[in-house]
Amino acid sequence: MSANVLFDAPGPKTAARHRAYAIVTAVALVAVLAWVIYRFNEKGQFESSKWEVFVTPDYVRVLLVDGLLKTLQMAATAIIGAVAFGVVFGVGKLSDHAWVRVPSALVVEFFRAVPVLLLMVFTWYWLGINADNSSYWAVVLALTAYNGAVLAEVLRAGINAVPKGQSEAAYAIGMRKNQVMRLVQMPQAVKIMLPAIISQCIVALKDTALGIYVLAPGLTYVARQIYLDPQFNNRVPTMFVVAVLYVSVNLLLTLLATWLQKRYAGEKKIDLAAARGPRNPER
Amino acid sequence: MTAITDNFDLYLRGFGYTIALFVVSGIGSLLLGTFLVAMRVGPIAIMRSAAAVYVTVVRNTPLVVVFAFFAFAAPMLGITFGFLDVEIGQFEFSSLFGSAVVSLTLYTSTFVCEALRSGINAVPLGQAEAARAIGLTFGGTMTQVVLPQAFRASVPPLASVQIALLKNTSVAAVFGIAEAVYQMRALTNNYASERTVIFVCFAAGYVVLVELLSFAANRIERRWRIA
Repeated sequence: MSANVLFDAPGPKTAARHRAYAIVTAVALVAVLAWVIYRFNEKGQFESSKWEVFVTPDYVRVLLVDGLLKTLQMAATAIIGAVAFGVVFGVGKLSDHAWVRVPSALVVEFFRAVPVLLLMVFTWYWLGINADNSSYWAVVLALTAYNGAVLAEVLRAGINAVPKGQSEAAYAIGMRKNQVMRLVQMPQAVKIMLPAIISQCIVALKDTALGIYVLAPGLTYVARQIYLDPQFNNRVPTMFVVAVLYVSVNLLLTLLATWLQKRYAGEKKIDLAAARGPRNPER
Repeated sequence: MTAITDNFDLYLRGFGYTIALFVVSGIGSLLLGTFLVAMRVGPIAIMRSAAAVYVTVVRNTPLVVVFAFFAFAAPMLGITFGFLDVEIGQFEFSSLFGSAVVSLTLYTSTFVCEALRSGINAVPLGQAEAARAIGLTFGGTMTQVVLPQAFRASVPPLASVQIALLKNTSVAAVFGIAEAVYQMRALTNNYASERTVIFVCFAAGYVVLVELLSFAANRIERRWRIA
């Protein structure tokens, strides 16, 4: 239902009323914005000494390489792992053998119900909090397990969304079970899944910020080092820079997802909600 | 096992905070999300774009950063939640709790808005046309005809948003609220050799809560289903 069926084309009176609402809203928005800027200014948050660090080449390099790049690397590693995890357990959940299907379903349910932060803390202690890179791998493994479980569900829904005639035809020409899965169902399911995988990338990327709790490297870690430095003492500006970096990368990924959706999946969306009750992986 | 049995009160109190955070911000996010979706589909262009910008930006910001905003930046705006000083039994709801609830509410309401918008899209066109034909205004169309049906259609995605909220309350641990993950980390620190048992016990707590919530959502969905 597009928005414009919800209300009539306004007549002269309504148009005037709407104009009044629009003006009030605009004034309110501008007032809030002005107030925020005024207060920040009063507290000296716009002093160049607080922002200088973000135009200093050395610090920009640290922020982008040790921060953003490391974060992207963690997210990418986790997603690659998650795809593998998702394929194994997603196919496992569709298995004809109960001894494969039930454990797969349990694993997937478990990792979907447990907060990522809990997984991270446990993995961190499990790897040893003082071991090399343990916090890095804690983040990656926790995100792999969580996103993998979500992708397993997505994959299962995707395979179920492939028309039944496809697998029936494949069996009819004498393919084996694993050939049907590998050559017929999977390629079509993956095509439908691509947008979902990208939106999972966004989730994984956002969750890398949780690494701050286990002292993991990445954007939040670098940010903390910068704002804790007494010579800057710039929590608010740092926070804005971090937020802008995260939001821009995520928006790029959203664009990519939309494009993939148009290019490969067409109008056919997997209706996760309908496919499996009240839980779908959106966060 | 002694780590859990000896500290069972801490375990329960941790989940108590988790549940308190979830309930308060769950209700808040549903209300704010409904308000946002009304702005987003409404007739006033500037409200539409303001809501759209808000949803896009907040949805793409990590929750930790939203929390950080209320921990670091909000005090400069004079928003401190210092007035909040409630004590119920052994639970203290202080300014930290207030800022956690506000962060979770603001973050989750964007997802609620998106879930409801998909629900509104699922309401058949004729419904809104009929509502307009009998002379209802936008407010009337929304509150009497469209939203009641949209809520029903969006029970599954709303439930998944609320489940995500339940798990996201764990982020409050990063900012020092003694909820379940915070207690888990503290206990793991003190009883390093029992870390697996501790993890399994806390994970079980979350699994139980999530299953309860999804069971309730299933029941509601079945009950409210439009024929």
